Amino acid sequence: MINKDQLQNKEEIPMIDIKIDGKAISIPKTRPHSVTGKQEPTTIIQACSIAGVDIPHFCYHPRLPVSGNCRMCLIEYGIPAIDRDRKPILNPDGTPVIRKMPRPAIACFFNDTATTEIYTNTEAVKQYRQAVLEFLLINHPLDCPICDQAGDCKLQEYVHQYGQETSRFVEDKVIKPKKRAISSKIILDNERCVLCTRCVRFTREIIGIPALGILNRGGLNQISNYPGSDFEHNYTLNAVDLCPVGALTSRDFRFRMRSWFLSETKSICPGCATGCNIIIHSRDKQIYRLKPRENDNVNSVWMCDYGRLNYKWVNAQNRLTHVFAENTDGTQVESDWLSTLKKIISVLEKTPPKTTAILVSSRLSTEEIYLISKLAKRLDAFTDSISHLGEGDSFLLNKDLTPNSKAIQIFKLASKTPGDRIAEISKNIDEGKIRNLLVFGEDPIKSGIAPGILGRLDLFVICDILVNPSSKEAQYLLPGASFAEKQGTFINAQGRVQRFGKAFSPIGDARPEYWILANILTKITQESWPLTPEGIFNKITATTPGFENMTWELLGTVGMDIVSTANTTE
Amino acid sequence: MAKEKRLILKHLDSKGYNPSITCYLKHNGYKTLKKAFSLLPLKTEDGKTLSAQEQLREEVKLSGIRGRGGAGFPTGVKWSFINHNTDKPVYLVCNCDESEPGTFKDRQIVHKDPHQLIEGMIIACYANDVHLAYIYMRGEFNLGAKIIEKALQEAREAGFLGKNILGSNFDLEIYLHRGAGAYICGEETGAICSLEGRRPYPRIKPPYFPAALGLYMCPTIVNNVETLCAVKHIIEIGATKYAKLGIPGDTGTRIVGISGLIQKPGYFEIENGKVTIGELIHDFAGGPLPGRKIKAIIPGGSSSKVFRADEKITLKTKNSDGTESIKTIDIMELPYDSNSIMAAGSMTGSGGLIIIDDSVSMVDVAANISEFYTHESCGQCTPCREGNLWMCKILRRILSGQGRRIDADELLRISHNIMGGKTVCAFGEGSTWPIESYIIKFRDEFLAMTGIAEDNRKEVWGESGINRFE
Repeated sequence: MINKDQLQNKEEIPMIDIKIDGKAISIPKTRPHSVTGKQEPTTIIQACSIAGVDIPHFCYHPRLPVSGNCRMCLIEYGIPAIDRDRKPILNPDGTPVIRKMPRPAIACFFNDTATTEIYTNTEAVKQYRQAVLEFLLINHPLDCPICDQAGDCKLQEYVHQYGQETSRFVEDKVIKPKKRAISSKIILDNERCVLCTRCVRFTREIIGIPALGILNRGGLNQISNYPGSDFEHNYTLNAVDLCPVGALTSRDFRFRMRSWFLSETKSICPGCATGCNIIIHSRDKQIYRLKPRENDNVNSVWMCDYGRLNYKWVNAQNRLTHVFAENTDGTQVESDWLSTLKKIISVLEKTPPKTTAILVSSRLSTEEIYLISKLAKRLDAFTDSISHLGEGDSFLLNKDLTPNSKAIQIFKLASKTPGDRIAEISKNIDEGKIRNLLVFGEDPIKSGIAPGILGRLDLFVICDILVNPSSKEAQYLLPGASFAEKQGTFINAQGRVQRFGKAFSPIGDARPEYWILANILTKITQESWPLTPEGIFNKITATTPGFENMTWELLGTVGMDIVSTANTTE
Repeated sequence: MAKEKRLILKHLDSKGYNPSITCYLKHNGYKTLKKAFSLLPLKTEDGKTLSAQEQLREEVKLSGIRGRGGAGFPTGVKWSFINHNTDKPVYLVCNCDESEPGTFKDRQIVHKDPHQLIEGMIIACYANDVHLAYIYMRGEFNLGAKIIEKALQEAREAGFLGKNILGSNFDLEIYLHRGAGAYICGEETGAICSLEGRRPYPRIKPPYFPAALGLYMCPTIVNNVETLCAVKHIIEIGATKYAKLGIPGDTGTRIVGISGLIQKPGYFEIENGKVTIGELIHDFAGGPLPGRKIKAIIPGGSSSKVFRADEKITLKTKNSDGTESIKTIDIMELPYDSNSIMAAGSMTGSGGLIIIDDSVSMVDVAANISEFYTHESCGQCTPCREGNLWMCKILRRILSGQGRRIDADELLRISHNIMGGKTVCAFGEGSTWPIESYIIKFRDEFLAMTGIAEDNRKEVWGESGINRFE
């Protein structure tokens, strides 16, 4: 909800003392506005959030302009009483007499600075909540068991918490359109809608397209996209997250899994260099959906649809799940890690300097890229990476569609224009100068290495997640782990180091790349390299400028910025 | 016998009077405007200088006039909320969205004497430093819109609108904006939203009081048509003289529209508090239809609470020596003014009396009114959107002969869940007050109708049939 760090940073904001349900608490007088960030008087719901008092609400959302239409957050409040001469009335002990106001106020909007006492659990407040829930339910389908939102639904939660047991409604319900495809990604069920207008405000105020609106009047109100225009945009699925009920559902997710079966893992979106904080919802080694996670330094609470839907490759058919090694007859057969790594190490141990080339993907974690830089140093190898550029936009989507190009730059595995050494590497392979080629997460042929010359190599290893056209050429094919299957960090375009967590163990025989690399390095450098991302990261912080203040623990869930130095920012 | 006191309606129905500017000028039109423009800065006793505008505002405040749109808020006080020391422009919106059932006063002015409104508006604009004003007219006033548009054009051509009006260095433009036919546009913030081109969702007060954050988030004055016309008369005859009309606390005259089951429905301009409800009904409107008996009186448009015709009202009155005396009077003896009607538990609202006689079932009236408010609820906030539709469905079911004895209490319960500051705007109150009052004051009719239905079902279905709708 409200970012507590932000609160502490704003020390210059005066505090005011109020009482919430009889408990005294000091709150800042103003808070940044949900959209503009301008300081505005603290509303009751913000004050209660600071005090840890839960106020039920549908239309209020901390990141949207306040609308105040659901009336779920009605509370009672009291202000100092004044007499006829507008002088405060005092108790015998000198404290002001607080008079409860006869009319309720909505907590999401009300910010009268004179308010000194807030009552959130009086009989009247309970009655207000019960009444609003009854109103919302009379025309709402009571078919939670077949609603995809069940378990994830604010209406369901609040009815359990504050509602009444039986319905007194004996009339016919309002019939509204159901199962309307308002975009290629979203289905709208108007009967389930509570008309909180979060989606309308989101499209208008956050992404700036007036795509959604309300049709009809009164009880027949319904959300709709404008006739003739589809609700197509790269951020539409945020509206699904915002929807407190089952009115807007994602076509990608709906009816694939009940939400209570899903486990949640804090992660970072690997879709582009912005590094939006996300939550992976998974079950049984299968990702079902990605949802944005709040981080004010990066993505607020939003993420783009491209990133959100970019997870299917993790469980794709062409996932590499076993180690393959080339047979004497040139065919690839299934192998095991121990013998394969032994063979690779034996070649690398003996190879002279400048006879190895390493092609690194900027989709690897910082730890893996660091280990590769150490391996390259030991072998005096040629290195390069490939840039994957898209269009990007002005909101969250970066032009760079890989999550960790910054780390490639920091550890100097490629020039500022990654891919410009490929031609040289290809030429050196052709001339027999380069004898070994290690590829991590890229397709060497597609990247520009001439296909015919790969047979001349002594050692050709591809470590990847998916089978690609070059895979069949490799002597050793190693299955790597996706972002959901390992821990690590990505460094986003702004230089923020962010941790991602492991949702499930790698599929099949796949192993995280850091594990492969640490094993190889330990053997060929005769040093001991940590086998955990945490260990590797703490090694990075000890040696890399800009990382001095960080530790794995300190990164926490929202990450830390690299301290700007000449080395890192160049 | 009580008499009308015609100020605003003075010429309007006289023979040969027409809405053209020539006719208006012939009847001393725009003279008051010239008077307003001719005001010079005035030195007060304590050495301050009052500008002409301040004098005009002071006059309106002194006159004690209360808004005629429905809420009855003192106009001078409303004007005094405007902060003139900002860079923002001040707007004036004339609320001509007269949609309250039972109210048909503004349309008389708009159709028959549009220049009176325009003159009143120009004076109000001059007094408040407004250079752009709007007339927000309800969509159904087709003819009215044509007449106002023509009148505005005439005023422009005659130099009453535009740049440097009558050499006063004052610029003003007035535009007509037509709504699309929604009752909620009569709510001032709803009208403002509609003017801005949005859905007319009323705004939350506080902080969106028009005087501070009105049209385009600028200070805005929203006044009713009749109020703006009255402003003209206040300036014409002077505040002290105007304040002597009516009674203290509700000064001046107001136009009352009487409709319903009555011999001579119509509109009458009366001095506030100088005429009783009985006089309005019997003297002005000719009394009930032959052979009928008046059963109920809706005193101020359909959203006000109803009076039983046989109701006794207990009023507290202050004597001249400061003591209070309590007297019980018949509803027909109740003076028609804001304070008295409010003391009796209802409101004068927009001044539309609806007379209901003994031929009509109050359940029918409730269903009819509920149907209207259900259709007109904007649907922004939950209680009003869902609650009104629910009440309407219950009333429809009762009328269809499927009532239950508990329905009356159920309606009361639902209306209590809507009213009392739980909604964004006053529509929540306006739509539930009538239903609540009908049930409280005519409970027997509701119980009779639902009871018969329940007994019939019991006969056909047995004991289980009583509440077979549950």
